[in-house]
Amino acid sequence: MGGLIRIFDNATQPVEVEKDLKIVPGANTIITTIDKIASWGRRSSLWPLTFGLACCAIEMMATGASHYDLDRFGVIFRATPRQADVMIVAGTLTKKMAPVIVNLYHQMAEPRYVIAMGSCACSGGIFNTYSTVQGIDEILPVDVYIPGCPPRPEALIEGIIKLQEKIKHQPYHKERCLSGICLIENENSKEKNESHRDSEENKR
Amino acid sequence: MNPIEIVKKIKDKFPEEVLWFRCFREECDITIKKEKIKDILEYLKNTPTLEFDYLIDLTAVDYLGFREPRFDVIYQLMSIKHRHRLRVKAEVSEQECFINSVVDLWKTANWFERECFDMFGIEFKGHPDLRRILMPEDWIGFPLRKDYPVYSDLKDKEWQPYKELKELATGWKENEP
Repeated sequence: MGGLIRIFDNATQPVEVEKDLKIVPGANTIITTIDKIASWGRRSSLWPLTFGLACCAIEMMATGASHYDLDRFGVIFRATPRQADVMIVAGTLTKKMAPVIVNLYHQMAEPRYVIAMGSCACSGGIFNTYSTVQGIDEILPVDVYIPGCPPRPEALIEGIIKLQEKIKHQPYHKERCLSGICLIENENSKEKNESHRDSEENKR
Repeated sequence: MNPIEIVKKIKDKFPEEVLWFRCFREECDITIKKEKIKDILEYLKNTPTLEFDYLIDLTAVDYLGFREPRFDVIYQLMSIKHRHRLRVKAEVSEQECFINSVVDLWKTANWFERECFDMFGIEFKGHPDLRRILMPEDWIGFPLRKDYPVYSDLKDKEWQPYKELKELATGWKENEP
């Protein structure tokens, strides 16, 4: 086969800079695993769904504003769950609000993550009362808990970095989705859960 | 007008209805029977020398274990024109847990009475739209009653949709690695 040219070039052998990451010198090429690329993409543009419920929301807004500037982490707040990757639950969750938050969570595209911001979202905080959910982990799978009442912007940034670290070590194709809710096999109850308000209307 | 004078005026007009009154540092509250509450409040609102045109607040108190009848419905009145205030209380028992609505007199009473119904279960007769205002419509019980659970664990009184959400969540909790 006259047309086939073989190049034996030892200088452009891929160089391993860290585990599973090789750079081909001069070729402007990186060789890596799909896991690494996917998790890099996921963690570098975490778009949160703003779920401000109480005073923590003020602190979340302050974190997003120019002084602390979440944009430098690739964090851009979205007002719709369809465009969001992570839900930052900032504030006290009441039982009346609980079906809404689960509904919005299901509207988010996978992979999806949840940050519980502040003691109320983590554990109910000081509100051990009839109307308050004692921590959003009673109804949603939480990835990162940020304590504080309210947490300072630095704490929220730390929480987001912790979530990025968590995503970094996740495989591209997860055996179980991190959110876990997709494990529920009972289709009926899932549908019911996904649009609680619709089902209520159907009953009438 | 001096609050004591106001109370005396009510006593002269409705001698049968007034149970007692109390004054402390020129702040008066008057306790009346609930049957003619609307007539008394109408009198307070429409008499030119009194003219209580502003209902600041309408709420209730639960005296469970302290006395009978169990509830007090409280009207905080103020006259913007005359700059005087009065607190009117009406006793409501648990067996006959209703009182006449005052929405016709003050529009603001609409939501106050709904809140009062929501929290204490006191029915306001003649209210145009008596529904729960804060709690979900299918909530069981009246949260501000003294025999309602104080803490978050409501056991069998738990709101059904929230109970279902919690049951769903146990599915993934068991499978957590």
